[in-house]
Amino acid sequence: MFWRVAFFSLLHRKGSAVLTLLAVAISVFSVTAVEHLRHQAKAGFAQTVSGVDLIVGARGGDINLLLYSVFYIGNASRNISYQSFEKIRDARDVKWAIPLSMGDSHRGFRVVGTHADLFKHFRYGQKQPLIFTAGQSFNNAHSVVLGAAVAQKLNYQLGDQITIAHGLGRQSFQQHDQYPFSVVGILKTTGTPVDQAIYVSLAGLEAVHKPDVAHDQANSLQPESITATLVGLKSRLKTFQLQRRINQSGPEPLMAILPGVSLSQLWESMNIMENTLRIIAWLILAAALMGLSASLLASMRERQKELLVLRTLGASPWFIFSLIQAETLLITVTAIAIALLGFSLTLNGTQELIVGYFGIRIDPDFVTAEVVKTLGIIVVASLLVSLYPGYKAYRLSLG
Amino acid sequence: MIIVSDLTFSYRQTPVLNIPAWQVQPGERILLSGESGSGKSTLLHLLAGLNQPDSGQVEIGGQVLTAMSSGKVDQYRAKNIGFISQRLNLIPYLSVLDNVLLAAKLSGSKSTRTELIKQASKLLQQVNLDSYLHHQKAENLSIGQQQRVAIVRALIHQPIVMLADEPTSALDNTNRDSFMTLLHRLCRQYNTTLVMVSHDLSLTTGFDHHLALADINKTQPKQVQ
Repeated sequence: MFWRVAFFSLLHRKGSAVLTLLAVAISVFSVTAVEHLRHQAKAGFAQTVSGVDLIVGARGGDINLLLYSVFYIGNASRNISYQSFEKIRDARDVKWAIPLSMGDSHRGFRVVGTHADLFKHFRYGQKQPLIFTAGQSFNNAHSVVLGAAVAQKLNYQLGDQITIAHGLGRQSFQQHDQYPFSVVGILKTTGTPVDQAIYVSLAGLEAVHKPDVAHDQANSLQPESITATLVGLKSRLKTFQLQRRINQSGPEPLMAILPGVSLSQLWESMNIMENTLRIIAWLILAAALMGLSASLLASMRERQKELLVLRTLGASPWFIFSLIQAETLLITVTAIAIALLGFSLTLNGTQELIVGYFGIRIDPDFVTAEVVKTLGIIVVASLLVSLYPGYKAYRLSLG
Repeated sequence: MIIVSDLTFSYRQTPVLNIPAWQVQPGERILLSGESGSGKSTLLHLLAGLNQPDSGQVEIGGQVLTAMSSGKVDQYRAKNIGFISQRLNLIPYLSVLDNVLLAAKLSGSKSTRTELIKQASKLLQQVNLDSYLHHQKAENLSIGQQQRVAIVRALIHQPIVMLADEPTSALDNTNRDSFMTLLHRLCRQYNTTLVMVSHDLSLTTGFDHHLALADINKTQPKQVQ
């Protein structure tokens, strides 16, 4: 009966109750979204690359090296010579080394020149290998492998011909139209920047920039320099030793970084943005809860007689205090249900869009222990802000 | 039985009530009249334990309300006292049945909802409230219908005392007479002591005694609410 009274009391003031409910629901939606996306982004970052022990590039900032070699964001200030790459590849402790050469694009997507070994050794997430949904790895200088998002967004299929352009913009004035590539493979979605990239052989990339080389000689081309190299070691115990050796090597100034360490540093550097988003979301929630409290307070005057009727029936002041708390709880729990449903629909509805644009797959199963804890905090906070209206009702009921 | 002794009450330091001794026998029906603002409603609120007196004692059914904690008074009121006021007696957003059931539940009734609905429906039929109105919201009823529901709500838990604070003041003559007939009939039926205050002296019929508040109140109060 108690909950019935609380429910019908809210229904009696449905105008203000619905508006308050929506305000709380929107704020719960933003808090849940920020918390979930934050965790997903963090997990996504950490899962971008695994199984790579070192990344080697020209000496400079380690986060910059990580950004351009793993996330395909930004540019290297300098390249490293191919001889240096060969030296690293042939080092005793190195199991494999994959060169990366960047600087070209196709309709806004990065083109990465590399070895076919990339598809064999590269791992992401929980050491998951790259899988082809169609076709296979490139085996000559005229073929290309597409990331899942590229194929999906540009609607490319095996056998399609594409040309690449110099530079990284969506619109480039220097098209290498004379050297088309044929799509021979399409990768499965990984939820990492791999989805957003186009892979060609180093020889193919070299041939693009040397129009005077005969078409059938392209396969034998070798670049003079590359952007970076991913390195896998025979024993991880040798990681620091090799890193030190590379960092101290000469005469070419090289830098080796540990991807895990640099990923953590990168995430740390994004802390300010992350915390700002969190603060904004929680402030929105605080404003909505204040609105809830204000709406309950505003209703007190019109409810004074109703409270007196309850008292004449034998309802204690605590009953009346609890009634206000129950109304708050009903609004908050309903708002949470609406927010979670809305967030779930939004996540499921925009999943492909997010993958397409950001290369990150957001787990639609967002009801984690962390989110449950957040929702618990929201419920407690709503009960706290309704303490004053509850106390006011308690005082009014005393006559 | 109601026993009031040495009861005093002041409102903002103005003496309102001073009742040295007053008793109402079980099952008696008393009409208490007086000027507006003479303290009639205040006396009912003191008898119901809704207000605390400055001094003195109120005893109902052998229990001294003035010696109880406020929580105990609330429990006692819910179980043993029915209260009807001038208007706005009901919770407007609850149905007629829910208004009655709420009183029953607050009185600590252990009956199931189905049993209570059956009991309430029977009582509502007795006050001539058609069954189609039982599920209507209280705010959709006329004042006369609301006051009849208020009688049922006050009697659902069969209280030993019924306190009525000018319950007919908002009713026309026809509704007033029918309301009073019902009130007397049901109080007789349940042997409920009735103390009703009113300034309408035409209501004396059916009461065992008619008292002017001035007869028991030794204070000459100024006009207060």
